[in-house]
Amino acid sequence: MGFVPKILGFLCNWCSYAGADLAGVSRIQYPPNVRVVRVMCSGRVDPEFVLEALKRGIDGVIVLGCHPGDCHYLEGNYEEQTKFRMVEQFLAIIGLEKRVRLDWVSASEGARFASIISDFVASIGALGSSPVKDEMSGPEVKHKLEAMIMAAGTDRVRALVGRQRKITEVGNVYGEIVPKDKFDGLLATAIREEYLRSQILLSIEKDAKSVKDLTAELNAEPSEILKHIVALRGRNLINYHDIVGNTPLYIKIK
Amino acid sequence: MTENNDIQVDPPRIGVFVCHCGSNIGGLLDCKKLAEYAETLPDVVYGEDNLYTCSETGLSSIKKAIKEHELNRVVVCSCTPRTHEPLFRKTVQEAGLNPYLFNFVNIRDQCSWVHMKEPEAAFDKAKDLIRMGAAKATKLEPLNKNIVNINPVAMIIGGGVSGMSAALSLSKQGFKTYLIEKEPMLGGLVNDLYTLAPANVKSSEFLEKMKGEIASSSNLEVFTSTVVKSIQGFVGQFSVDLDNDGTLVKVDTGIIIVAIGAKSLKPFGLYGYDGSNVVTQLELESMLQDESYSPKNVVMIQCVGARNAERNYCSSVCCMTAIKNALILKERDPSAKVTVLFRDIYMPGIFQEKMYKKARDNGIIFLKYSPEKQPVVEQDVVKVHNEFINDVVAIPRDMVVLSTPLVAYDDNKELGQLLKVPLQENGFFLEAHVKLRPVDFATDGIFIGGAAKWPADITESISQGLAAASRASTILSSEMLEVEGATACLPEVNKNLCKGCEVCLNVCPFKAIVKNQNGDIEVIQALCKGCGTCVATCTRKALTIRHFTNEQILSEIIALTSE
Repeated sequence: MGFVPKILGFLCNWCSYAGADLAGVSRIQYPPNVRVVRVMCSGRVDPEFVLEALKRGIDGVIVLGCHPGDCHYLEGNYEEQTKFRMVEQFLAIIGLEKRVRLDWVSASEGARFASIISDFVASIGALGSSPVKDEMSGPEVKHKLEAMIMAAGTDRVRALVGRQRKITEVGNVYGEIVPKDKFDGLLATAIREEYLRSQILLSIEKDAKSVKDLTAELNAEPSEILKHIVALRGRNLINYHDIVGNTPLYIKIK
Repeated sequence: MTENNDIQVDPPRIGVFVCHCGSNIGGLLDCKKLAEYAETLPDVVYGEDNLYTCSETGLSSIKKAIKEHELNRVVVCSCTPRTHEPLFRKTVQEAGLNPYLFNFVNIRDQCSWVHMKEPEAAFDKAKDLIRMGAAKATKLEPLNKNIVNINPVAMIIGGGVSGMSAALSLSKQGFKTYLIEKEPMLGGLVNDLYTLAPANVKSSEFLEKMKGEIASSSNLEVFTSTVVKSIQGFVGQFSVDLDNDGTLVKVDTGIIIVAIGAKSLKPFGLYGYDGSNVVTQLELESMLQDESYSPKNVVMIQCVGARNAERNYCSSVCCMTAIKNALILKERDPSAKVTVLFRDIYMPGIFQEKMYKKARDNGIIFLKYSPEKQPVVEQDVVKVHNEFINDVVAIPRDMVVLSTPLVAYDDNKELGQLLKVPLQENGFFLEAHVKLRPVDFATDGIFIGGAAKWPADITESISQGLAAASRASTILSSEMLEVEGATACLPEVNKNLCKGCEVCLNVCPFKAIVKNQNGDIEVIQALCKGCGTCVATCTRKALTIRHFTNEQILSEIIALTSE
């Protein structure tokens, strides 16, 4: 028996779920690999859901919403798009971005639903089983996804993404519209930094470690690790644990 | 739901009901095994399979099980929540449970119907879906419904007979009614007809009577040369922008009826169609308006451009139209030779059968052709293979009349997107349920009637228009309507999490989230439509959305990934 992908799908009630039902009513056949969670709007799909499913070894996640401009809730699909781009940027760090997909299916597009599902199942089939399930490298990938869930859940990342459409399209509190590329730069920095910070937090959850230990473990510059240690102390998330010789050890505050 | 508070909702005691849906599910999946599997799941105390869970027997079985097994959660694995969730919610409510303690698992529309060649994989999928559904059920909480005020105004899109019937019915019931027609005058396809079968009345007389009634209805406002530009809102409170010949008109309405009809196919490239000596039945109708028009040799060909690979349906009105017109020609000139070439004659109903018999008695000749051996139209004759004599017959002709099907308008898709309602494969509008909800759409407050849904004759168009009006009046006659209780909120326990960042205010498309005088974030329940976008955005995960909480959705993900 070859690899049978197991895929999680989030369908919005009004368009894509109706489109999936229409595929059924029309008896359009498609691969049986997707398990559907019904949400009222694609905008409901929290980045955490996508990352959590991948961490738990699901082979792919597909989110389907109404076509741009057609959202039953006016703009939920646009909001989901900004969130989804953020998730993809996190996943790109460990090369898993092709395991998630966001697309649009209207209530009248039963055939389109079936063809998107067939295509996604085939592309996951080609990528092979989730690396989380790999006996050797699985735990490490899982650990990284855990850090991503933490990072994507920080105020900083969530607030940036939540404000993205407003500050790049309507204007910030000062009425300035932030250019898209500038915003992308800000978000990319936030993603990189918060991911590393989350990795640090996970690493010193149980064992106190020094900057040197973390530098080696996380394959980063000592100055960068130190900068994040300072920031995390500022957020009151970590503390001094001990000083061995001249080297301070840090640990996460429970 | 205060009356249901006597049922203890914790710890969860779940009952799972797996529906065979006749053979729709049971023909592919072993429903008995699925019910047995459900019983092995955490908190599931009872499982059973039913031939039809939605039947009276099935529903009473649910009620009985709630009582006997002290169930406080019910999961039905069946067709789709989009058609049947209300029924099952009502059933559990009748048994004393809060309707939100019900969960639906879709194993028909999204499983048995779409994996027909892979029964084993479909069975595994159904198991996963049931496990996920039961896991969510354990986390369900009782909810109260919210109330929407109803604007007692109706809007009907399409001013053909179906739309006019609906509009007259609603305005006579006392509701302010708007009738929207894209053409410069009301009447639709009937404007082009000569007489109406089977009653054999002049369509112009029929239309004048209807139009007169409309003109004399004081609370019925007609917009001709008008199309719909945008539709916002929801049942009870739609606001619609109309383009009235270039002028923007804004209309607020409580319900919308779609009655835009269909058009007759012009069979370009078929049987030498030229619009003069080879015409469609619809074009013949206009020629018949000239009462001296009486061709000698007429050959009618049925099913032109229908019941083929491109249009796999029977248009259902063409046989009657052809026989009606054949009889008119024969009555004008009894010596005229009228031949009908058909594949199958479809004349259901007492009047129709009488018409068919009369046509045969009057000497109209019916000859069967097969789609493999299509008739050939030549200069003076139509040649057709006759299976009884197994030879080609040449029938003299002055006129050839092609019976072409009613087809959906090309812009149905655009209107469907504005209304957020689906079309079926041939471009007609798709009702919520072919048998159970024939004039409803799945979206509340929007209804369908007439040939917009399927080729319909005048009688059917009127019946459906009246049916849609009747369904609409069930909403319009109430001042308020109970709607989804599954809205967003900032629960008391999460108040300390909220730091007042106001990101949620930005993303709410309905402006339902405000900062109150105390500086606290508050979700205005009447404005919240329950999309949950604010919840997925909240920087502190303080907001929650009832019935789709983080915990409930994560429980589905966890159930899927742990077996």
